[in-house]
Amino acid sequence: MNINIENLTKSYGGQRAVDNISFKVNTGEILGFLGPNGAGKTTTMKMITQFIELEEGDIRINGSSIKSGFDKKHIGYLPEHNPLYTDMAVMDYLGFCAGLQGVPKSQIKERAVQMVKLCGLDVEKHKKINELSKGYRQRVGLAQAMIHDPEILILDEPTTGLDPNQIVEIRELIKKMGRQKTVILSTHILPEVEATCDRILIINKGKIVADGTASTLRKQAEGQQILQVKIEGTESNLIADGLRALGDVKEVTIKDMNTNRFEIQSMPEAKTNTSIFNLCVQKNWILTEMIPYETKLEDIFRDLTVN
Amino acid sequence: MSQTWLIAKKELASFFDSLIAYILLIAFLGFTGFFTWMRGNGDIFFRKQADLSVFFQTAMWTLFFFIPAITMRMLAEEKKSGTLELLMTKDVSNRQIVSGKFLAAFLMVCIALAFTIIYYISVSRLGNLDHGATIAGYIGLLLMSAAYIGIGLFTSSITNNQIVAFLLALIIGICFQFVFGILGSELTGWAGELFNTLSLTDHFTSIIRGVLDTKDIIYFVSVTALGIFLSEYMISKR
Ligand SMILES: Nc1ncnc2c1ncn2[C@@H]1O[C@H](COP(=O)(O)OP(=O)(O)O)[C@@H](O)[C@H]1O
Ligand SMILES: [Mg+2]
Repeated sequence: MNINIENLTKSYGGQRAVDNISFKVNTGEILGFLGPNGAGKTTTMKMITQFIELEEGDIRINGSSIKSGFDKKHIGYLPEHNPLYTDMAVMDYLGFCAGLQGVPKSQIKERAVQMVKLCGLDVEKHKKINELSKGYRQRVGLAQAMIHDPEILILDEPTTGLDPNQIVEIRELIKKMGRQKTVILSTHILPEVEATCDRILIINKGKIVADGTASTLRKQAEGQQILQVKIEGTESNLIADGLRALGDVKEVTIKDMNTNRFEIQSMPEAKTNTSIFNLCVQKNWILTEMIPYETKLEDIFRDLTVN
Repeated sequence: MSQTWLIAKKELASFFDSLIAYILLIAFLGFTGFFTWMRGNGDIFFRKQADLSVFFQTAMWTLFFFIPAITMRMLAEEKKSGTLELLMTKDVSNRQIVSGKFLAAFLMVCIALAFTIIYYISVSRLGNLDHGATIAGYIGLLLMSAAYIGIGLFTSSITNNQIVAFLLALIIGICFQFVFGILGSELTGWAGELFNTLSLTDHFTSIIRGVLDTKDIIYFVSVTALGIFLSEYMISKR
């Protein structure tokens, strides 16, 4: 099943948690939803799973809008923080979830046994969930999401709080499941998506800032350069106009009118250092500062790579 | 329906698992038994007239306090722990969620009342017992319980805090139990009539007397349905 998100928006108290985002996910694809905390990942997932209502825009699954009543049993969902009925035993809990998702009574036991095997819960299956370690609870969360063999899997930060070995195992599991399904997985950790996902969508402050494979995104991030420069010699407006006229400059912002500081963003894959220097020589301006900045995308990448 | 039943079963199972069910059952049977024998039928051998009216009064008051204790966690706890999100994103409607919980609480009350049939049997052996009035009394208790479960579920749906849900249910319960009745007799005109109609005690007493009026039944069913609808609305609105 393919998912088509169109101009999705959601505000909380006037602030846009999700701001007019659009993207598409196809069957057999694992989409990594990458963004720092508060970017709007969870909010988007809650709209896809119909836990919260859409405010603006639409979500189409196989072409039909979820507003016109979409069958929730096609979706398997692991919510953020993995809520569970901790007083239930693992097998009972999985059976309960299977029943709710419409698995026929005769197949419930069999499905639960399969899931327990697949998720490596065999030894723990008769324990109560509150007796399990965090890693095993996470597996129970994944198992309940997949118990009815849904075509779509929505996993909100599936590996948080796990130790490195567990993370590797859960990633393998998701990859295995993802071959026939449509998977959206959110995380705030860059290596996580690189390891698991076919495609990455970077979201920041409710907006999509990049979409592509890990390698294309890296290239894109390196291509954009931002310089902070200080130029003396005339009025800042005149200097800004002169800079804007350069072919490889994308954007010029005046940072400070009095000290004539500017921020200059280059066109993708271009460097502006030489042309700025030449411009100053030609106009008889004095270039007193030139500091390279990391690009915006790189900023985001850095936030995501740390921790 | 099967989804509703699954939720009800799960709810009952966790209730008996946590021992709350046993504590409430024993306390309920203890209170009602104590008063039925010590107060209601202490002089039964002199009067030669068996009587369950004390039992019905005691059962009513015990249920009045116990039902909020059963319902308080039902939605509040799910909201607090986030499991409501889990439930609501599965192939279940909000109505099925609330009805499942209602059913579980109602079955709990039925189980408790089923045990009291022992009292009924033993009292009826001691002397003449009005069987019609007894059946009416049980119907009255069940209808009243349904209404209070509706109220309890509603208060549980508006907060994440079980204690708040419990206290609110009691406060609303006291309104239905006393305050509306008092207002009904104090006020005149349509306001007085309105409060008299809202007073749960009046309807309960008339059923307990053995008069099964459709008006009373409609009253209890309406309060119950309103509680369920409002709970449903509250959990759908986030
Ligand atoms: N129920 C809510 N009430 C108010 N604000 C919310 C609520 N849920 C999310 N937000 C806000 O929306 C923004 C996006 O949050 P979220 O989708 O949880 O981000 P992420 O999952 O990417 O960390 C945040 O600024 C958050 O504070
Ligand atoms: Mg989140």
